[in-house]
Amino acid sequence: MSTWDTILIASICVLLLKIAGYLVPPTLVEKPTPTRITTLLTIALLAGLVATETVTTGGQVVVDARIPAVLVAAGLFALRVPFIVVIIAAAAVAAMIRLFTGAG
Amino acid sequence: MVRQAPERSPEVRAAMRASVAVGVAVSLYGVSFGALAVAAGLSVWQTSVLSLLMFSGGSQFALIGVLATGGASAAFPAIVGAALLGTRNGLYAIRMSPIVGGPWWRKLLAAHITIDESTAVATAQPTPEAQRVGFWRTGIILFIGWNLTTLIGALIGNLLGDVRQYGLDAAAAAAFLGLLWPRLTAMQPIVVAAGAAVVAALLTPVLPAGVPLLVAAVVAVLVGAFNWFGRREAV
Repeated sequence: MSTWDTILIASICVLLLKIAGYLVPPTLVEKPTPTRITTLLTIALLAGLVATETVTTGGQVVVDARIPAVLVAAGLFALRVPFIVVIIAAAAVAAMIRLFTGAG
Repeated sequence: MVRQAPERSPEVRAAMRASVAVGVAVSLYGVSFGALAVAAGLSVWQTSVLSLLMFSGGSQFALIGVLATGGASAAFPAIVGAALLGTRNGLYAIRMSPIVGGPWWRKLLAAHITIDESTAVATAQPTPEAQRVGFWRTGIILFIGWNLTTLIGALIGNLLGDVRQYGLDAAAAAAFLGLLWPRLTAMQPIVVAAGAAVVAALLTPVLPAGVPLLVAAVVAVLVGAFNWFGRREAV
């Protein structure tokens, strides 16, 4: 499957999910369980992405400059620093470590 | 709705202010997304089309995150991951449907901008009119801002070249953490996040790229279905 196919199919899926919500009767989802599962699904996927982006490379667990960078990001998010500033800080931490250690 | 007075109610003006604040602040994520998408191997065109058509930050970050780790072979898990992250937009749509109202074409337009931020601004407003104004303005400001800043980010990413040197791989991880952070409000989401993170990392060496993420999603389904670690009346 080409990158273009992947982009188009995934985009259509995401759009259809949005449209679907306008078509179903509201009473269907007043139940707490589907709402809870959907909310937790978002959390699990984001957490899974944090983990794989931080400690894996090419299908292997790799410990490198990303770990201190993400810890710094966590500290800054806890201090309610704006998103874009945290992202730049995280990139800078990883870049600095690589520059000064020549590794990671 | 016909209004005689040209003056807007204080509630509507508050909704307008909220929409500008949220719309502009969140649009800036687009720069990170654009740069990271190019770093993940997308062209500038592909990055822009993704932002225009998908228009849902979490799903877009997920798609490029999985493609970055697995390339073309990870297409299926990338699509499923993006779609699963998009299911919450469907829930928002159910909540927004009575607020948007009107004919089918208006709901179709509304559907495309039914995302975290437009829903959050709308539901925070006290009156139906302010909710409607908050929803549309936040959605439209964000749509314009997100697509412009995505393009800028993609062009910057194109100029950077070797992305690890600039720590863009760490920035991607931090971006996911930033999307996750405001959702960790209680015991249950924290347990799910920790469990999903461990599952995804441990399974990465033994499963094809992207699949560990889908297994991590099972953690959410199990905890959610049985309401483990949750309050009795949790919604």
